[in-house]
Amino acid sequence: MSNRIDQLFAAKKNGILNIYCTAGFPELNDTLPVMRSLQAAGADLIELGMPFSDPLADGPVIQDSSTRAIRNGMSLRVLFEQLKDFRKEISVPVVLMGYLNPVLLYGIENFCKKCAEVGVDGVILPDLPMDEYESDYKAIFEQYGLHLIFLVTPETNDARLRKIDGLSRGFVYAVSSSSTTGKDKDMSHQQQYFERLKGMQLKNPVLIGFGIKDKATFDAACAYSNGAIIGTAFIRAIENTTNLDTAIRQFIAGVK
Amino acid sequence: MKIAENTFGSRYHVDEKGFYGRFGGAYVPEMLYPNVEELQTNYLQILRDPGFQQEFEQLLRDYVGRPSPLYLAKRLSEKYKANIYLKREDLNHTGAHKVNNTIGQILLAKRLGKTRVIAETGAGQHGVATATVCALMGIECVVYMGSIDIQRQAPNVARMRMLGATVVPATSGSKTLKDATNEAIRDWINNPVNTHYILGTAAGPHPYPDMVSRFQSVISEEIRKQLLEKTGKPNPDYVMACIGGGSNAAGAYYHFLDEPDVKLIAVEAGGKGVNSGFSAATTQLGKLGIIHASKTLLMQTEDGQITEPHSISAGLDYPGIGPLHAHLYETGRATFLNATDDEALQAAYELTRLEGIIPALESSHALAKLGEVGFKPDDVVVVCLSGRGDKDMETYIRNLPANTGDNA
Repeated sequence: MSNRIDQLFAAKKNGILNIYCTAGFPELNDTLPVMRSLQAAGADLIELGMPFSDPLADGPVIQDSSTRAIRNGMSLRVLFEQLKDFRKEISVPVVLMGYLNPVLLYGIENFCKKCAEVGVDGVILPDLPMDEYESDYKAIFEQYGLHLIFLVTPETNDARLRKIDGLSRGFVYAVSSSSTTGKDKDMSHQQQYFERLKGMQLKNPVLIGFGIKDKATFDAACAYSNGAIIGTAFIRAIENTTNLDTAIRQFIAGVK
Repeated sequence: MKIAENTFGSRYHVDEKGFYGRFGGAYVPEMLYPNVEELQTNYLQILRDPGFQQEFEQLLRDYVGRPSPLYLAKRLSEKYKANIYLKREDLNHTGAHKVNNTIGQILLAKRLGKTRVIAETGAGQHGVATATVCALMGIECVVYMGSIDIQRQAPNVARMRMLGATVVPATSGSKTLKDATNEAIRDWINNPVNTHYILGTAAGPHPYPDMVSRFQSVISEEIRKQLLEKTGKPNPDYVMACIGGGSNAAGAYYHFLDEPDVKLIAVEAGGKGVNSGFSAATTQLGKLGIIHASKTLLMQTEDGQITEPHSISAGLDYPGIGPLHAHLYETGRATFLNATDDEALQAAYELTRLEGIIPALESSHALAKLGEVGFKPDDVVVVCLSGRGDKDMETYIRNLPANTGDNA
């Protein structure tokens, strides 16, 4: 069990806090400082956003952070350069989240190889179809020990959920409602869906994302899953801060 | 009038997985999967239903005013030394070919039990065509439009609002058509059950490119019939159309795709020149990638960020191209040319003076290349005149050459 994501879930079953932050945000060279502060403050998992010009599954807050990161000069090339030695100081598992187009242009194999080289543990590519992954890319991801994490939603039926669970490695990313990131929807409406997920006893751990923003929503999600993912609320907390480390510590302390 | 039948197996039509060669597919996040799957599963069955076809046909005839005339443009023919016919999509209700698709999709939406419709629009033609059919059917309509386009296409914004649609400005990214499409897709993610997304062009995830092409294929079906009556032969030597996403071209080419003697000419928006940095000539500047859930050619940076195109025509101002057209380009089935902003303007003034027809700026791009194809005198050429120029009057007046207008 060499993948850090697997090690994490083997050691900790509940209350796992995964924080999303766009790479190269708020400033180009903040990627590592943000990760350092997140680790120090107690985040269990870090999801680094690979900024894209047209992020379909994200709401305005995360899109704006992507636009800003791109303007700062962030790209896959720059990101891998920044991550070159990050494993010397960051031990929590790290997942890259982004969209297929920049990764395709970089080259899937090249991308997987780079991820393995620098010590990235998993990847989320919401617009990569499951079938295409299975037929064209799965072998490459596995060759480099890289976990691909798939999304499920309240509209995903049981049969498809089983198939996604079968292909997903590391964990399954359960989108809490039919929405883009950063949308407020009443969590109680999702209870039935969370119960269904829990009842299915998936082989993968489950992290719930979208709409998680504070202690109450985090705890509610954790009641049904192994943990939760916070993105939009975290971006908001650091976008205009003058002291990144303090803002991050305060944010994490407020959730945990 | 019939919606084109299943053509799986043809080299130039969509395959069972939603691809044209290596282009197409449905690269959608899981949040959109049920919506897209619902369409994929049902669209062919609905389109083939005789009741659906009858309703579609009747509305196209009695409401849109089809068949649109195929007009032999005599003075234009004299100038370019060929037999040039204009397929008059500009005479349709709402002023462009867009309505063929919105009629089809609103009937489909009703059959899927949807109570709300969303759409994206660039120049506003598709937005108006969508707002129109929603008014016709009494269905709620929300149109996403880039905030920059809202400023430059004010008359169409007013039309949509008068028709009862809510026009929502897209303020993200570059604030134009690409961003309006992103916002429409996001709306669909947030409203997966009651909402149908009427995509306006032959792009986006499967089945949209095929579905939109089929609804627009009424254009080529009529061309065949009308040419047979007028010339004794159903096939022209050339079919010419402008291409942004590619819906009018898809419709004009459709029944000729497997007729190798019919040469297909596509004209992209060259903007200020293909290499000027201000262009929308996707086949010339684009690389393989994914835009709006479709694998196709698109304009992007070397890091894979989608770039902002430029065209004087808001309807061609799109950084991608429908997957059918990427395939026609790659296989060489269609010849791709491009016309600059200035060439399109001059072609618009020329058609107006020679034939008394003020064309849309989009359609003018196709007209602009009449002199460059190399026609023989006997050639029969059909140009798809996809829309009329009312919406572009401000641009036309602003750029009017000094020697036109009042002689007083």
